Amino acid sequence: MTTTPERARVQPPSEHPERGPVETVTLRAEADARPSRIPRWALKTLSPIVLIALWQVLSSVGILEDDTLASPLTIAQTAAGMWSDGTLQSAVLTSVFRVVVGLAIGLVAALVLATLAGLFRVGEDVIDAPMQMLRTVPVIGLIPLLIIWFGIDEQPKIILVALAATFPLYMNLYGGIRNVDSSLIEAARTLGLGWFGQVRHVILPSAMPQALIGLRYALGTAWLALVFGETINATSGIGYEMNKAREFFATDIIVVCLALYAILGLVADMIVRALERGLLSWRPAFSGR
Amino acid sequence: MATGVQREVKAVEVRGLTRRFGDRAVIQDLDLDIAPGQFVALLGASGCGKSTLLRILADLDKDVSGEVTVARKRAVGFQAPRLMPWKRVWRNVVLGLPGRPDRERAVAALTEVGLAHRVDVWPKVLSGGEAQRAALARALVREPDLLLLDEPFSALDALTRITARGLVDEVWQRHGCAVLLVTHDVEEALALADRVLVMQDGKIGYDSPVEIDRPRDVTDPEFQRLRAELLARLGVH
Repeated sequence: MTTTPERARVQPPSEHPERGPVETVTLRAEADARPSRIPRWALKTLSPIVLIALWQVLSSVGILEDDTLASPLTIAQTAAGMWSDGTLQSAVLTSVFRVVVGLAIGLVAALVLATLAGLFRVGEDVIDAPMQMLRTVPVIGLIPLLIIWFGIDEQPKIILVALAATFPLYMNLYGGIRNVDSSLIEAARTLGLGWFGQVRHVILPSAMPQALIGLRYALGTAWLALVFGETINATSGIGYEMNKAREFFATDIIVVCLALYAILGLVADMIVRALERGLLSWRPAFSGR
Repeated sequence: MATGVQREVKAVEVRGLTRRFGDRAVIQDLDLDIAPGQFVALLGASGCGKSTLLRILADLDKDVSGEVTVARKRAVGFQAPRLMPWKRVWRNVVLGLPGRPDRERAVAALTEVGLAHRVDVWPKVLSGGEAQRAALARALVREPDLLLLDEPFSALDALTRITARGLVDEVWQRHGCAVLLVTHDVEEALALADRVLVMQDGKIGYDSPVEIDRPRDVTDPEFQRLRAELLARLGVH
């Protein structure tokens, strides 16, 4: 082995006279680089406050009329009034009851159907094909039929919510069960786990993230179904109050009702997030704790 | 065996084993015996069917003809650790054992592989080498008579591999179980095994004892001779 000295030699800097002295910059850490005079949380709260203040100003000078959109102050007063005479509480209770019962029915149905379809070939053939067909039917479009079948009592609203919640959870749980990593199933078999043990220790836990995504969607569509169900025919609940207000151009009550829907939706989302924190802390992507 | 437990005459006994994938017979009329406590390394070019043979012995591949007898108590180590990500390390170790999950047993097994400090963590925080050691603990806790290892070190970096190899050697000497190690690393096979096999044309094409004193030295002339012979067998010159 011989090396050629010519190839190995590196030219010293003096042989590159065209290169000037090296320009340098001092790199600063991220904390120094960002001027943080106003904390981020303050900026985040500031912009909605400014928007509401602007809304109030527009209402006060008369550009926004009450018939179009009530002012924030009027809305706050209306909310307080609805609270003190009890309409707000009873409307919320009625609506929450419908959602909870409807969701419970829908989620149990989805759990049972998706588990059977996911775990058994026969279940797949019998359950999945009709589910895939039915899922394309818009649930809201069923309202006329539901009214004919069940009248305008609580039943059609609860069934509507149940149907709306079933499909998203079913699709995701079924998909989650079918996407289980076959190498983990193999490992479980070599560990001596039988079919039941594989379902319990491998298949269901691995389907959990997808199932929770389905639960989130289910909550979203359930609220939507509730709003539709309550707005079209009802004698109580948030949607009913909203519909009644429409006839009197009471935009303040409508906004209060919208805010209630938003808050309830937010609470539902927080519940799912808490579930995710509890159930998914094993995930590599999880960074909540 | 000093324990006085009556053992099977053989850890593995295979007669006339054939496994086809379509028209192609990956394993063709194969015979193999492994004595209790023997450490056997199985080499072969990739795609020669060595992993298929291991899967058959692990009872993961049942689409075969021929006669296969294996120890009832066996454990498998795969190329990837295959830990359940949703179970804490110690629960992974005792998963599948009868009865309630026995934490102390898991801790003992994890201590043996040097993971006593990782008992309660999720598998996601383990490094590659740690995860593979946890998988080894999961295999050992079953007290197998036959340990099947399918390229267990190939996904590890060079330094971790040396440590892991030493650990397997140690564990085998302590437990005295038969081991079938599938690998494509000739030096690994010669460092660990009592006996090396090369799979060729669906059969065991080469079968040789490795009579080198332990701990083994790469510079040992017998090591060098076997290494050259095996490489020639595997078609590397």
